[in-house]
Amino acid sequence: MLSVRCSMFSFALFLMTGTLIMNKRTMPSKPDLSVRIGGLVMPNPVMTASGTFGYGPEFARLVDLNRLGAIVVKGISLKPVQGNPTPRLVEVPGGLLNAIGLQNPGFDGFVRDYLPFLRQCRAPVIVNIWGHTIEEYAAIAERFNDVPGVHGLELNISCPNIKRGGIAFGTDPKTARRVIAAVRARTRLPLIPKLSPNVTVIAEFARIAEACGADAISLINSFPAMAIDIETRRPILANITGGLTGPAIHTIALKMVWEAARAVKIPVIGMGGVTSAKEALAFIIAGASAVAVGTANFSDPLCTLAIIEGIAAYLARHRLPSVRALVGTLETKFSIQL
Amino acid sequence: MLIENTIVLSHRPIKGGYRLLTLKSKKIAPLVQPGQFVHLRVPALADSVLRRPFSVFLAQAGRLAILYKTVGKGTQAMESLRTGDKINLLGPLGNGYPAAHENSLPVLVAGGYGMAALYLVARRARAKGIVFVGGKSANDILCADDFRKLGWTVRVATEDGSAGHKGLVTRILDAWLAKDLRGRTPEFFACGPNGLLKAVCQRASRRGWNGWVSMDRHMGCGLGACLACVQKVRKQDAAGKETWAWARVCTEGPVFACRDIMWESDE
Repeated sequence: MLSVRCSMFSFALFLMTGTLIMNKRTMPSKPDLSVRIGGLVMPNPVMTASGTFGYGPEFARLVDLNRLGAIVVKGISLKPVQGNPTPRLVEVPGGLLNAIGLQNPGFDGFVRDYLPFLRQCRAPVIVNIWGHTIEEYAAIAERFNDVPGVHGLELNISCPNIKRGGIAFGTDPKTARRVIAAVRARTRLPLIPKLSPNVTVIAEFARIAEACGADAISLINSFPAMAIDIETRRPILANITGGLTGPAIHTIALKMVWEAARAVKIPVIGMGGVTSAKEALAFIIAGASAVAVGTANFSDPLCTLAIIEGIAAYLARHRLPSVRALVGTLETKFSIQL
Repeated sequence: MLIENTIVLSHRPIKGGYRLLTLKSKKIAPLVQPGQFVHLRVPALADSVLRRPFSVFLAQAGRLAILYKTVGKGTQAMESLRTGDKINLLGPLGNGYPAAHENSLPVLVAGGYGMAALYLVARRARAKGIVFVGGKSANDILCADDFRKLGWTVRVATEDGSAGHKGLVTRILDAWLAKDLRGRTPEFFACGPNGLLKAVCQRASRRGWNGWVSMDRHMGCGLGACLACVQKVRKQDAAGKETWAWARVCTEGPVFACRDIMWESDE
């Protein structure tokens, strides 16, 4: 009798622990937010967009930089560049126009004055680079090979090609291919060309980047635009035209990210009007592995952190184990095709 | 510098289209130095991508006040602010005016609502001095009595003669410098339109006096990251040669030494 009770008890115990173990397995633990891009590992998919977050110290007083997925610093060229006269910025409906003119301290100034601070951050540092000529692009890329503390290069190909009358490198397939290939040949770092939206078929440029050996692509850069003061009959920006960014471009960026992600296998970083986790998640569902936040930092310096939390909360709510599990999960077969 | 959700304590018109907005601020108000500004998110413009910068007029005992005029979309949208409304504030930003040198007489020169930024200078100054205020009409002369209550001498000039002397403020400033300086060394603190600031700097540089001006610039992030709000300043290159550089009005400014500013016609 005793032995039967014992065995029944131990059997009940077995069932209980078995159920407990099963419950622990089916209940998702904290979602995995990490992202891999080439050899680069980011703790979460939220990066800062180049040109909107300076070089680190500017926002560091308000934002814990260690919590960011990655910091993409403002574009660096070989030699220092002064940039455009003012006015350089104007708010417009749904966004802003900027014509800063790529002001930067140059390679030496950046490494000397800004990199030491960035090295203290846990977040990976990606340096956005650009040049006036293909030779300059290649030269600055090569110089970053021997600089500790730099984990990747984002390639700004939306700059004007002065040798070809100022047309952006990234809007002509031939020059886009030449500049990406030239940089790829000279850098050991993860390479991320940042695509211009000012093209007819974004997928073509995504494929060019992949074919040239890019580790990922980021898109979109700003749209060429302008604003006019009708009383003075003058352009508001000293440079006459500028780049449009902010919420107004999000839906266009989203379409382009979707198209680019379908065209290539390399990771896609989506950006354009991300203000909250909602836009970030839309990019990820459309095929982006990571997102960058730019203009939104101006009105809400803490938005990157809120977006990271928002993505984590979404994944937990939808019982997804990781960000990876959400990438490219857009369901289109139920959409009406007009 | 930090972000704080403040609450509107009062919002009232002063005169001539100017309004005084007083906010309950426990965290930012105690940090404010004269000449600094705050970057405000206008609630009615929730979809705006930019904050709006305002000089701090008053900062004491858990409250902060700004004086502003409706000039654009941002300030227009502030008209509906009521007691109890929440306003998200970023600040205090910028470098502020330095304290006047020990042996100099502080001379404040304000154009229009430049007075708003200078009031705090007067309140916190070690020694009392003199304020010159200029404007188009009597409606643009704000706070004159507030300065008098602090024990400062106030001289007013209006272009239409509706208050004080008729003419530009530089006229009465020059007259005073010529007759009433009495061997003292003035130190200028100016805020207002560029023309006025340049005029003050000319008088300062002519006699080797110190002068400080608060530059106005269209602002982006306010944190020194976006490089929208730059001003040309003089500097020396590595070889000691005179050259120039962009300074950020939100970070290296808004207050600059007169001798450092490169005015547009200098280029």
